[in-house]
Amino acid sequence: MEYDVVIVGAGPAGLAAACRLKQLAATAGKEISVCVLEKGSEVGAHILSGAAFEPRALNELFPDWKEKGAPLLTPVTGDDVYFMLGATRAVKMPGLFVPRPMHNEGNYIISLGKLVRWLGQQAEGLGVEVYPGFAAQDAILDENGVVRGVVLSDAGVSRSGEHKEGFTPGMELRGKYTLFAEGCRGHIGKKLMEHHGLAKDADPQHYGIGLKEVWQVEPGRHRPGLVVHSAGWPLDTANPGGSFLYHFEDNQVAVGLIVDLSYKNPYLSPFDEFQRFKHHPVIKQYLEGGKRLAYGARAITKGGLNSLPKMVFPGGALIGCDAGTLNFAKIKGSHTAMKSGMLAAEAVAEKLLAGGTGADVLDNYTEKFRASWLYAELHQSRNFGTWLHKFGAIVGGGINWVEQNIFGGRVPWTMHDMKPDHASLAPAAESVRIEYPKPDGKLSFDKLSSVFLSSTNHEEDQPVHLKLKDPSVPIQKNLPLYDEPAQRYCPAGVYEVIRDGDKPRFQINAQNCVHCKTCDIKDPAQNITWVAPEGGGGPNYANM
Amino acid sequence: MKALVSVKRVVDFNVRIQVKPDGSGVVTDGVKHAMNPFDEIAMEEAVRLKEKGKITEIIAVTIGGAKCEETLRTALAFGADRAVHVKEEGEVQPLTAARALAAVVKKESPLLVLLGKQAIDDDNGQTGQMLAALLDCAQATFASKVEVDGNKAKVTREIDAGLETLEIDLPAVVTTDLRLNEPRYLKLPDIMKAKKKPIEPVSLADLGVEVAPAVKHLKTTNPPVRGKGVVVKTVDELVAALKQKGLIS
Amino acid sequence: MSKILIVAQHSGGKLNAGTAKALACAQKIGGDIEIAVFATDGSSVAAEAAKLGGVKTVVQVDNPANDHGLAAVLAPQIAELAKSRGASHVLAAGSTFGKDLLPRVAALLGVPQVSDIMLVHAPNKFDRPTYAGNAVVTVETSASPVVATVRQASFQAAAAGGSAAIEKVSTSAKLPTHTRFVSIEAQKSERPDLQSAGRVVSGGRAFGSSDNFKLLYALADKLGAGVGASRAAVDSGYVPNDMQVGQTGKIIAPELYVAIGISGAIQHLAGIKDARTIVAINKDAEAPIFEVADIGLVGDLFQILPELTQKL
Repeated sequence: MEYDVVIVGAGPAGLAAACRLKQLAATAGKEISVCVLEKGSEVGAHILSGAAFEPRALNELFPDWKEKGAPLLTPVTGDDVYFMLGATRAVKMPGLFVPRPMHNEGNYIISLGKLVRWLGQQAEGLGVEVYPGFAAQDAILDENGVVRGVVLSDAGVSRSGEHKEGFTPGMELRGKYTLFAEGCRGHIGKKLMEHHGLAKDADPQHYGIGLKEVWQVEPGRHRPGLVVHSAGWPLDTANPGGSFLYHFEDNQVAVGLIVDLSYKNPYLSPFDEFQRFKHHPVIKQYLEGGKRLAYGARAITKGGLNSLPKMVFPGGALIGCDAGTLNFAKIKGSHTAMKSGMLAAEAVAEKLLAGGTGADVLDNYTEKFRASWLYAELHQSRNFGTWLHKFGAIVGGGINWVEQNIFGGRVPWTMHDMKPDHASLAPAAESVRIEYPKPDGKLSFDKLSSVFLSSTNHEEDQPVHLKLKDPSVPIQKNLPLYDEPAQRYCPAGVYEVIRDGDKPRFQINAQNCVHCKTCDIKDPAQNITWVAPEGGGGPNYANM
Repeated sequence: MKALVSVKRVVDFNVRIQVKPDGSGVVTDGVKHAMNPFDEIAMEEAVRLKEKGKITEIIAVTIGGAKCEETLRTALAFGADRAVHVKEEGEVQPLTAARALAAVVKKESPLLVLLGKQAIDDDNGQTGQMLAALLDCAQATFASKVEVDGNKAKVTREIDAGLETLEIDLPAVVTTDLRLNEPRYLKLPDIMKAKKKPIEPVSLADLGVEVAPAVKHLKTTNPPVRGKGVVVKTVDELVAALKQKGLIS
Repeated sequence: MSKILIVAQHSGGKLNAGTAKALACAQKIGGDIEIAVFATDGSSVAAEAAKLGGVKTVVQVDNPANDHGLAAVLAPQIAELAKSRGASHVLAAGSTFGKDLLPRVAALLGVPQVSDIMLVHAPNKFDRPTYAGNAVVTVETSASPVVATVRQASFQAAAAGGSAAIEKVSTSAKLPTHTRFVSIEAQKSERPDLQSAGRVVSGGRAFGSSDNFKLLYALADKLGAGVGASRAAVDSGYVPNDMQVGQTGKIIAPELYVAIGISGAIQHLAGIKDARTIVAINKDAEAPIFEVADIGLVGDLFQILPELTQKL
């Protein structure tokens, strides 16, 4: 099967690119065939975001989005920032002292899942072929290293690798250009970066893991449009992060904690930090008496401009979080992902409409990116995360305030953070074991009942999609050195160290996997590789 | 020889069901939908019968709103040759569905009508039997094996007591159970081809079908929560407790 | 005043237990209750039905065509009987027999059918499960008669202690010949099928090895139970995948469910929440399985299991 453009991933970046390509083709009165592959069982099934959404890119893509019924329903009406001093105390930051990128006037509280479903409909309306339930397994590289499309994962392979009844080999989908929009730590993007050395001039990429729940709250506790952010407890300078809580429509509240994956203490469990965080009075005041509806987790790419790899290679490009276009100062990546997709689409359309046959390097994408507001925005906030990481929320936050509010981000220095996240763990022997409180079943919950709410499912009889390069590493190296942190950083209980026999054993419950990619990022031995399972597997998020 | 397969769009079986706080139903907005799994089995069976040469054409039918077109596209990707979409945005209960299907059957005269034994949303499990009554033809529900031989079929049914085999004259209605077959993986090229296959839209009025009397849904609630029971200390106490409940003799 | 006609289910000249459960539901509705027995010769079944409590009349409809309880054959007779006896309700157990039959009856009568009554609010107002029991709908029907199946797990069989009159009747309904019984065979497997077994015993990861599951099989054979397992046990490779009970495995509703060495992850509980009685044996007194167990026993399964098997 051959298309002009194959796009991997039906998220904001991929779908914005697809729509833009069709719009440009229509304006030129020509045909550009576009196919979008999505590993989730449907468009939106694997989408998870806060989300306080800045509509800038959407305004450009569909100026009439309101008439078209885009689900931007709740404008931000209030913007609280707290610094949590401990389990019960907090100070509210006066608006004046909040770094400017964190202000939210003109933004909307949305479900990105809903928006992406809407974008999917727009794309199909424009003639894009969208195929959910099909996972791209690998890029097709020709003898010159040119990307020629992708090959889908096989369907109908048993756990032990045998072909079951109905085995279907993964077919090839070829494109003149292939755009990779897999989101944070895309497994093909990662390979392409290695193969083409795309990241060799960039700082190491940095990541966070975002955990999110949606709550139905008591009507009296609901403040539609209110945005609440916090830093501080339960995290600290060595293990930083921040939280969000958004009141959106239908008496629902999205609450989440983002833990920087540069955390040091191997005993830290992002999931349990999130659970105890909800007991803080600032958060509890909204959730108490409510009902938890949904749970999910996803890693985010947060290195910003300094960590941004080269985004182009012969035959295609990386877009959105697959490249790393999230603006960490704003804690927003949706508008930047969409914009990067649109810029790539413009570059591809320019080539194709001029009669190009593809397979070349999209240097014009790089040029367009450099000239765009997206670049300006990322440049402005390039030091934000590094300051926080190096000096914590108070001092780092203060420097950010000065940089962003006094200098508008136009400072002559650039800060670098050269230690990759997987290398940041301190040995268990030098770390303090964390005793997390037992979940109370009202505000806090255990891991498995949480994963249950993500409606995660994989066909069981298929090969494990979390590959260990060396199966002995978890027990022989990670366990003595770091008490095997996978048990704790995985937000879905995929990894367990079982001690029911004489020897501990490492178990992978691949079926639980919510496709967050944290293991691929944080494993200190870089021994875990996340590959795509059979299409359609993974979480089935409703409106996350 | 035609087979007619009825397919329904339902909330996907993986989705965690949430009852709406106002009791008006369950949350379906933004929730993944898919073809009713038992209908997938019905589709698969039809395709296998066609592959064996027992039938020559498969027609998929659905009754419901505009979104149900995606379910018909799935049926077409499975291997249906064409589809009929009975368009009705309102709620369709089994008797009305059976009347609509009966009208389509009268128009198409299929040899066999295949349906899932129940839809996993309402869990009614009525439409096939009602359809057979309206058509005054044979029914074989909960099928785990279907052998078509000319204008007769032998169907094995999964009933509580075991496996019952019936011989039925065709045309007839067969409803499918879990073990009848393992539906195939849809292949991307088939999904692509399905986009181009024809879907005929009709309304209940076009079919001359009157909406049947319906059961009124007053409210939807969460199922009762199971309470904590007793803790016994010894095996003897356990055995005694089981005996007392009449669970063992 | 309601007049309730219950269609008896029977085999081998014996009344099936589901009929007494449908009777319990009828008693909640209230009114005159009749049980209809369709058979070649329904004498013994009718006599048994007449002894159930609270039954006014047993209607015995003998006809060689009724031999195998075929829905297509019974439905027109029931429709006729419902009219001739002025039934306000037609009920049957929500077994495969009732589920096969009553929708056909309802369609012949031109009325909707209510599936799986789990609670009676009023003679025309019921609770019934939807979405695999994940939601309960309260429904009301104005149709007459009310045709409904009764969810067996929701009602305790009505007690015996009656002496109803037995009335032999014949019907004039034209009976179809398009459906012919060929054979019936009981499930072949030595142990009952997990999904339809009345009793199920399940093992978890605490068994520690596939070999130790022998202890569980011994108990199962003693109880005549099907054997299941938790996902953890399946993932550990102790037992094959098709034994998995839970959200992603089999969802079962046995009369008795015995969970041994299973902590009770919510995915597992999702698969057994319809079980009538849950027994949990686990060495961890804090295990979530005890939150839902009707009978719990804290202790080491390797001691308890052999003792239990021996004492049953």
